[in-house]
Parts: sequence; C-alpha cells; structure tokens
Amino acid sequence: MTATDTTLLRVEHLTMRFGGLLAVDDLSFEAGQGDITALIGPNGAGKTTVFNCITGFYKPSEGRLGLRHGDGSLWRELETLTASGKRRLAQPDGKLFQLERMPEYLVTQQARVARTFQNIRLFPGMTALENLLVAQHNRLMLASGYTLLGILGIPSYGVAERAAIDKARDWLDRVGLLARADDPAGDLPYGAQRRLEIARAMCTDPLLLCLDEPAAGLNPRESAELNALLTAIRDQHAISILLIEHDMSVVMEISDRVVVLDYGVKIADGEPEAVRNDPKVIAAYLGVADEDVAKVEAEVGL
Amino acid sequence: MTDGAPAKRGDWPRALRDAGFTSLLAFGLFLPLIGFQTITDLRNELILTTRWPMLFVIVAVVGAGRLVYSLVLAPWLEQRTIRRVSAAPAPWRATAGRWFVPFAIGFVIAYPAIVVAINGLRGSVKWIDNFGIQILIYVMLGWGLNIVVGLAGLLDLGYVAFYAVGAYSYALLAKSFGLSFWLLLPLAGILSSFWGILLGFPVLRLRGDYLAIVTLAFGEIIRIVIINWVDLTNGYAGITGIPRPTLFGIPFTAADDGFTALLGLEFSPIYRVIFLYYIILALALLTAFVTVRLRRLPVGRAWEALREDEIACRSLGINTTNTKLTAFAMGAMFAGFAGSFFATRQGFISPESFTFLESATILSIVVLGGMGSQIGVVIAAIAMIGGTEIMRDLDFLKEIFGPTFDPTQYRMLLFGFAMVMIMIWRPRGLISTREPSVFLKERKTIAADLIGEGHG
Repeated sequence: MTATDTTLLRVEHLTMRFGGLLAVDDLSFEAGQGDITALIGPNGAGKTTVFNCITGFYKPSEGRLGLRHGDGSLWRELETLTASGKRRLAQPDGKLFQLERMPEYLVTQQARVARTFQNIRLFPGMTALENLLVAQHNRLMLASGYTLLGILGIPSYGVAERAAIDKARDWLDRVGLLARADDPAGDLPYGAQRRLEIARAMCTDPLLLCLDEPAAGLNPRESAELNALLTAIRDQHAISILLIEHDMSVVMEISDRVVVLDYGVKIADGEPEAVRNDPKVIAAYLGVADEDVAKVEAEVGL
Repeated sequence: MTDGAPAKRGDWPRALRDAGFTSLLAFGLFLPLIGFQTITDLRNELILTTRWPMLFVIVAVVGAGRLVYSLVLAPWLEQRTIRRVSAAPAPWRATAGRWFVPFAIGFVIAYPAIVVAINGLRGSVKWIDNFGIQILIYVMLGWGLNIVVGLAGLLDLGYVAFYAVGAYSYALLAKSFGLSFWLLLPLAGILSSFWGILLGFPVLRLRGDYLAIVTLAFGEIIRIVIINWVDLTNGYAGITGIPRPTLFGIPFTAADDGFTALLGLEFSPIYRVIFLYYIILALALLTAFVTVRLRRLPVGRAWEALREDEIACRSLGINTTNTKLTAFAMGAMFAGFAGSFFATRQGFISPESFTFLESATILSIVVLGGMGSQIGVVIAAIAMIGGTEIMRDLDFLKEIFGPTFDPTQYRMLLFGFAMVMIMIWRPRGLISTREPSVFLKERKTIAADLIGEGHG
C-alpha cells in the first residue's frame, strides 16, 4: 500500500501482543486528511488497542505509525525518518512523525493527535470550563513563563488566559454547554459529559481527533446531534477524525471510510456502502462462518 | 447493636433493651479485666482480689451511655442527616466567607500588639512564641504539604525530611560560612526542593500506598543519615549556637549595638520573639499567596487534574512526570523555608525534631483541615498545635489526678480521637469543598463527593 498525498495517518503492519495474546495482527490502513475514518468490529476485535497504539498509550510490538503535518509530498521522506531512528522529521513545508516512538503526551503535544475514552475520563471535580483550560495546558504554560513569570503576575499571561477562556467558551457554546460552564463536570448528564470530552480534546488543537465510541449510551436524538457536531468539526476545522463506533447510524452516515477489524485482523476496508454489504463483515458481526452467512441472514430475516 | 431500623425519640423499651444488652456485654468484657485483680503480697504470694464496686460503676456508665445514645443522640443525628440533605447553604455564610480572610490576616498582624496589651511585655513571650510562632510554623508546613497531598494528590509520609534538610542547611551553612539568615533562607529552600526532585524521580512510577511507603522510608533515611553522619551533623547531640536572624544587621541581643540599646529600650527577649513572629508570618503568607496564585496558573490546574485523572491528563499532552516533580519540589521548598526558620528560632536542632511523628502531625493537619483547603489547614493547625500548648497549661488537672499527671502525654490519644470523629462526621476534612480556579458567570462551590482524592 502506498501513501498518497492526501494521507494523514499511515498505519503499517501494526502488531500488538499482550503476552500470548495477539490483540492486533499485522494491521495496515490509512486515514485521509479531512476524512472521517471509522474503525468498527465486534467486541474484543482490538479497536481500542489500535487507538492506544496510535495515541502512544501502548508501545506496539511491531509496526510503523506515520503521521504528516503540512505538505503531502513529505511521505517520501518516511524511510529517511525511520532510518534516522528519530521521532520526527521537520522540514520547511511540514513535519513527519513516527508515533510509535513517542510517549503519549508528546503525541498530543507535538503530533497533535487528541483522543477521548470509551469510559469517559473527565476531571469530575473541576468545572466544565476548567476541564477545557487544562486541555490548553501547554500553550498556557508557555505564556506563564513555565510558572515563574506567572507567579509574578506578568500581564501577558492574563492575555493568554483570556484567550484560552474565550476559546473554551466558544467550544462550550458549540457543544451546547455554555449555560453549565461553571458546573462541575461530574454533575453533568451522561450525554453532556460525552460532548464535553470531545470539546476538551478539540481544545488541544488537534489535526487528528480519535474518538473511542462517542455515541455509546446516547439516545437517537443525541446521536444525530453528535453526527452534526462531528461533520462540522471535519468541515470547518479541516480536522480528520478516527472513530471507533458500534452505532451504525453514526458510522454509516458520516464516515468517509470504514475499516473493519475482527480478532485483530483487518477483514474489510472501504466506503461505508461497500463495507456494509461485505459478506465477511456480516459474518463477523453475526458470529458465523462466511459460507453460512446467506443461511443465517435468511433465518434472521435480513 | 445499632441496626438499621429508625430510632424514634423516646422509644423506651427498645432503648432499655439496647442498654441492657450493652451492659451485659460490658460486664462480660470487664469482669476479667477489671473485676478481678491479682496482687503480690508481702510473702510474695499471688492473691486474687475482686473489685466489684468499680466493675459495677463502669458497667453502669456504659449502660447509661448507651441509653442516652439511643434516646437522644441517635434520633438527633438522624434528624441532622435529613436536614442536611434538604438544607440550602445559609446566606450569612457567603458574607462571612468574604470577610473572613481579610479579618484573619488583620488579626494575625495585630496579634503581638493585642497580646502585649493584655499581658504586658513580660507575660507575652509564651503567647507569641508557643502559640503564635509554633502554630504558624505548622500552618506553613501544612500549606506546603497541601500542595503535594491536597492539590496533586500524591500521598507523602516523609515530608519532615525536607523540613530537616532546610533546618540543617541553614544551621551548617550559617555556622561554617557565617552567612546571614536572609541569604540562606532562599538557599535552604532551593536545597530542599532539590531533594524533593531527587526523591521525586525514583518514586514517580509508584502510586497510592506504594508511594506513601517509599516517602515514609525517605523521611527515615534522611533522619538516620543525620544521626550517623556525626562529622557533619554532630549526630544525636545536634547543632547548637545557630546564629539568630538580624534586622538589617541589628542583632536582638543585650549588647550595646543591639536592637533595644539602639532604640533606648530596656532589654527584653520579647522583641526578638516578636521579630521572629513577623518573619514566620511573612513566610506563611508568602506560602499562601504563592499557592493561591499557583492554583490559577496552568501548573496548578494540571496538579488538580492529575489528582482527578492522570490518564486523561496524559491524553491532553501534559507531561505528568514534570508536573509531579514540580509539586514535590514546590512542597519541599516551603518545608525548607520553614526548616531554616525553625533552626534560627530554636538556636539548636537535633534529629529528635524530625521524627515520623512530625510528618504524621503535618499530614493530619492537612487531612483534618480538608485536602486542598487553605483555611481548613489553618483551623486544623490551631486546633492541633494550639491544643497541645493549652494542655501544657492545664495545671488544675494535676490537683485532680495527682502531681505526676501530665496532660500532654494524652496528646496522641486526643489526636486519634479527633481523627476518628472527623472520619465519622466529615470524612473529607473540615472544609472539603473546592472553589473553582476560574469561572464564567458565577463561582459555584464544588461538593466533596465529586472531587478526586488522587491515587499517587
């Protein structure tokens, strides 16, 4: 598989073992710039493991995870970067990263990949606004002169903080939580917590947003709102989204591309419509062998 | 015995049944413990005697206590719980809260003047030294530890090590090189925070209980090194003759160029005590000011976020290693300041002053006060340290319990009791709510049950 100029993230031969368990087996796929790429599969297929590898929480056993900022022609330098043994390659027209070599906080800070979690991980004892300010930590840290100047109360930190609050206010407005900005995050209803987590990830200024089951536990109306939010993020901010999701109404409606995993192996990759009709995918979801699909479908009335 | 059924006020049969059962239990328990006594007589024979009156008094007290509990206390507690669920915070609290801090700061600044006005110069030393300075040292230590435990959620049981580093840094450098207190104060802080970072590096991977054990060990290591490195620290004997601080070079002595002689006053140690009081007050206020500032800076928010959820922090691009190290270093720095002040105030330090008991006292001040709360720490320090000092003065108890009775020996018992009461009454400390560091429209206090306790 060759990376085209529109590729943002390139996963090659990703393998992850936990002791004797092979969670992800030689997975390769690409996420295009400005696309919503969905990663689907039955429970235990290894989707979250892939996410944890991309965002640096796991170090993959094998494989390469390339990410590009800037010009698409940079992909030609990927072999140079790999050979150099470094984390990133900076050139005038952009940067190239190898995510598997980076710790998780640098994946967010430098490679600009943000993520959310399957089980919501907000800071429950801090307000919604504070949650969004923590997400802008690195920029504010710089503005506060790594705390030293901030303690002395330099005015430029005040300016930076006001800008950060404005940005947080903007995102709170977009996810419909402006009225609850001063409430602790732990007090918000479930759907609002999901939206706040997305807003918090967006406050880190990502180029790639990884969402782990954002629609889990949402009712159909909230799911529809989520669809609108995600497409707006993609269209207005030119941000690419990588999505793990079980809710097919979300996946099929907004995805530009769908990658299907089963037992750590990629079984399908393509446009939503093509994947939906792929017998291998149906077999995996129904839990039967490929040749029995027609029979089982007839039984369940599909 | 305390079953779930609701206790009604005046439920006599039930209360009597409970009391009877409790008395029976007490009788069974105390019969061998108190009812029988063995005495060795003059011929060196063991004689079994009985103490029936005492036994019955104790059993009666226990039974009566249980009766009072079931009839009065239990219904009252239940009423209170119901009330608390429904009650909204009283409006006077908001007004009181706004004026409390300026009033408190004004009071502590005026405190020496008030004491001198009441007791005269001669009688004031005890009040300013034992109460004022002693409490302020612990307030400052509590605020320093609060950064590590309360904000960052890292349980540190060896905090006194940094206090010791500060004290010995000042004592040794001042005695060896003759440097002044004002120069060595920041240096002691820097040295302590250096040790804080040194401790931080190996223990950062540890969480919760494991972190607590390693920090506990670190505290002991520092103390044992001080004891055994006799060449440098003079071991158990400690360091004496530590230089006292001066006011722009003017010493507080009876000499001709001393403070009193220059102002034409009669010499009295009270002036130095008042001077020391204002130094520790300034240091404590500095600690409070810096902590309040830090909470509004990104690093302070990152500490609190770390306490709430470390993995989420890492997903937001926060370098948790550095964040934890800054918390350790910052907490240690204030302990170092307090330590060098302690050395200059005492004029003598020895390893005895830096035992685990000190760490435990500081930690219990933080826990009793409410983790993360500045005012809570002050209240707890006044209660615990001031309480100890008051116990020294309870001479009338000697007339009741005999001349050998020393109330301070019961200090730990009372602390333990206070801890148990706090655990029952306010499990998250006296002031357990959290004030958000920033707000859009309205500052809403955050309830304790939402706030994380940190996992190390």
